[in-house]
Amino acid sequence: MDTLFDVLSWICIVLGSVTCLIGAIGLLRLPDVFARMHGAGMIDTMGMGMILLGLMFQAGPTLVTVKLIFIVVFIVFTSPTATHALARAALQGGVEPQVDGELEDSSSAGPGGDGAP
Amino acid sequence: MIHAISLGIFLSLFWLLLSGYFKALLLILGLISVGIAVVVALRMEVIDHEGHPVHLTLRGTWFWPWLTWEIIKANLDVAKVILDPKLPIQRLVFRVKAGQSDELGHVVYANAITLTPGTVSIDVNDGEITVHALTRGAAEGLANGEMDRRATALVDGPGALPKDRAGDRTGGTG
Repeated sequence: MDTLFDVLSWICIVLGSVTCLIGAIGLLRLPDVFARMHGAGMIDTMGMGMILLGLMFQAGPTLVTVKLIFIVVFIVFTSPTATHALARAALQGGVEPQVDGELEDSSSAGPGGDGAP
Repeated sequence: MIHAISLGIFLSLFWLLLSGYFKALLLILGLISVGIAVVVALRMEVIDHEGHPVHLTLRGTWFWPWLTWEIIKANLDVAKVILDPKLPIQRLVFRVKAGQSDELGHVVYANAITLTPGTVSIDVNDGEITVHALTRGAAEGLANGEMDRRATALVDGPGALPKDRAGDRTGGTG
């Protein structure tokens, strides 16, 4: 049983690390502020989640796991706020998002899409 | 008042789980600090359905697993784009309507958009969210309105959906 949890734990930690690495590569490769935020978004969702999940498998059913869950919950609630603040700051600072096209939604019978601005 | 009591219960549980102490003296000290925190929050008037949205806890059991799965799929998509030597990005800025009835709902929806890699909400205004998308696929995935429906079902309850929109599984989360 211990071996099983060790294996699961390492799979999660390695996956999380790879995600963080790809996110970091994205931060370097992507061309502008707004595009780079998507790379950062990978790190603080799946990178963070998988690494902490792996650590939970290491900790087992203890209070440590509960604390790790608290960390996940707090990051999930705070990181989009931080990302949004960053985007707003960039907009206020006069950075125009570069775009490569328009989203024409002719097919938007759905309630979500309301055409391109 | 109900929010204050529930905040007290939540904070007490939080204190217990973080400390792991069960000695009488420490428990009393913990309770006192919880009491002070609740009184301060009451005097600051930050306890209401926005500051402490307990009513979302139960309905969230359907929303969060779905959002987690969406986040995993979106992560794979963005990873593919980043690792592609040609870097096939197609940045788009567009607006989506937030169908939720109040500002709390707009915040939930905007945060869900930002949490999903490939789309970031950069502005929220009068029930419209301006979104920056990394690829056309991510933009179209958002524009089909699935996430909007689910966030509305989470915040306003499944009953708040108009008939023609309640056709999918979201309708059954009551």
